[in-house]
Amino acid sequence: MAAPRCSAKVQRLSTFSGMKAIGQQSSMRAASPITSSRQQVVRAARSQLAIEARKVAVLGAAGGIGQPLSLLLKMNRMISQLALYDIANVAGVAADLSHCNTNTKVTAYTGPEELAEALKGADLVVIPAGVPRKPGMTRDDLFNINAGIVKGLCEAIAVNCPDAVINIISNPVNSTVPICAEVLKKAGAYKPRKVMGVTTLDVVRSNTFVAEANQLDTKEVDVPVIGGHAGETILPLLSQAKPKVEFTAEDAAAMTKKIQNAGTDVVNAKAGTGSATLSMAYAAARMAESVLLGLNGEKDIYECTYTESDVMPGFQYFASKVLLGPGGIEKFQPLPELSEFEQQGLVAMKELLTANIQAGVEFANKA
Amino acid sequence: MLARAAKEAVKAASGLRAYASASGGLPPRKVAVLGAAGGIGQPLSLLMKLSPYVSELALYDIAGTPGVAADVSHINSKAAVKGYAGEDQLGEALKGADVVIIPAGVPRKPGMTRDDLFKINAGIVKALVEACGKHCPKALLNIISNPVNSTVPIAAETLKRLGVYDEKRVLGVTTLDVVRAKTFYAEKAGLDVSKVDVPVVGGHAGVTILPLFSQAVPNAANKLNDADIDALTKRTQDGGTEVVQAKAGKGSATLSMAYAGALFADACLRGLNGDPDVVECTYVASTITDAPFFSSKVKLGKNGVEQIFGLGELSAYEAEGLKALMPELRQSIQKGEDFALEKQ
Repeated sequence: MAAPRCSAKVQRLSTFSGMKAIGQQSSMRAASPITSSRQQVVRAARSQLAIEARKVAVLGAAGGIGQPLSLLLKMNRMISQLALYDIANVAGVAADLSHCNTNTKVTAYTGPEELAEALKGADLVVIPAGVPRKPGMTRDDLFNINAGIVKGLCEAIAVNCPDAVINIISNPVNSTVPICAEVLKKAGAYKPRKVMGVTTLDVVRSNTFVAEANQLDTKEVDVPVIGGHAGETILPLLSQAKPKVEFTAEDAAAMTKKIQNAGTDVVNAKAGTGSATLSMAYAAARMAESVLLGLNGEKDIYECTYTESDVMPGFQYFASKVLLGPGGIEKFQPLPELSEFEQQGLVAMKELLTANIQAGVEFANKA
Repeated sequence: MLARAAKEAVKAASGLRAYASASGGLPPRKVAVLGAAGGIGQPLSLLMKLSPYVSELALYDIAGTPGVAADVSHINSKAAVKGYAGEDQLGEALKGADVVIIPAGVPRKPGMTRDDLFKINAGIVKALVEACGKHCPKALLNIISNPVNSTVPIAAETLKRLGVYDEKRVLGVTTLDVVRAKTFYAEKAGLDVSKVDVPVVGGHAGVTILPLFSQAVPNAANKLNDADIDALTKRTQDGGTEVVQAKAGKGSATLSMAYAGALFADACLRGLNGDPDVVECTYVASTITDAPFFSSKVKLGKNGVEQIFGLGELSAYEAEGLKALMPELRQSIQKGEDFALEKQ
């Protein structure tokens, strides 16, 4: 009795052919898992696989975020080469992942001496490296350690892959993105459209919480989030939620607080053992996928991201919705009209975000 | 009028289920992960949260699950996530589960065989399966905890004792061996791995893992000689050890195991949902050899195992391999059964 092929037509999990929000800003479509219309875009992306060989480097690949992130990237069909870098333990992670039956080739790089090789030829560099929060800590408390780590990594990027898109996860993002920019400026390698702080998890959380509160399908919900990536600097634009949701003043305030504190809630729930890793890995993998779709020339790839921008007067770095394309950020979407509550939020965050940016710039320019 | 009121009441009560099945016309499915806070459990929970088939995800462990659940619950996908910690919450975690995935247990360190884990993991699996027998006897059990060659028989005996054993619903996860065989074969033969299929039969430890490269698709007989096949076979058999060594004491395969575990759970869910074409290699109660449990290609359907396929034609090398693996496999099965029957 001849046995048939092992489910050969479903070699991979159907969910992982695409995880991002695709479509016009006005569209109803939103994040993972994939809808059939997204599948068309991804099928188009896949048809380009023969042409585009994409290398992605993950700096901090052996860490709490780095490992699950590397797994999701190993499953992404757009990535032909995956370079996993860390100061230790990454050879084991790479050996583990290399057994997965996808076309993404995985290589481990350990320690500063191997960082250059990890980076050479990278189209996208994702940086989760650094230490996570413990209960009672703010993202800012991580500053000194993580600022130094990010500075060193960006110096290497400037030398080895100055054309790469950079996705920064390391907290405090409000400061580490300016640090990256300043380091690249100093090396004469700064491309502002390519330096992005990953705020996708705030969008993901907003989508989830708004969907849950209103019995909506998570696939259909999209909430833009602007500002920064810490506490009060996270400003979800509930007034701009798609589909449109009516919030009472109390509900909007409560929902905003919930989104702003979500990271802290996970830190507390993990009771000293870490911060968000799995949801952060998902969000970063979604952002990486969007970046790659953009690099591959796919249309209508929108994400919110924290970057140097003119979108909000008075803020040198600001997170807002952008159109991604072959050059990284192609276009900044104009900000919609904010509700009164949201305008107050903008005012409330100004001091903190400005201070965070200043701290980053100063750190980068220290001798 | 009463009928209408009743209808509305039912509709309201099943609101969540109605909504869930409205999304893509898929039936609601609950998946429980036992050992969700562990090295395999965490990335596995992430992948299951991303599944379009899962409407409820229960994450159970002896500790750490509130944090993992809080983390995973933020992901904007269908499954409603709940964390359960400690034995007294195990029943709640299992109620209504369609699929229960069990990665719980300790991993190997360099120098250890899967059998060295036996004492600890055997007890863990027995207790968890007992709870499954009590709280979700119809669920499909996906057993990852090593040594699978023994823990599946332990599960079977435990469920027999409770009078709820259904041999179609107890499945040892050998998918990682299949994944590895495909990867190594594609690498050596210069093939696109996404188009490759290699059956793997036998068991899930060392020489009991028998990849059937003679049945591999596409056929690469013109590219691979006997020495290549031997090397590929050994590499597939030692794949787990390869990772244990590379991790130098820090653990065994976690990410690739999560990946394989999710692939297999995904197949189980598709089978439950009526997909007519779901065929996977898995270690189950079987009569195709004279070992009571054996891994081979199996058709998965609405009740778990629907059909067990025979081995097909084996090359001389593979026939030798089959002969060689049977004693160890039978021994491991016996060890599992003895353990389950001892502890009253």
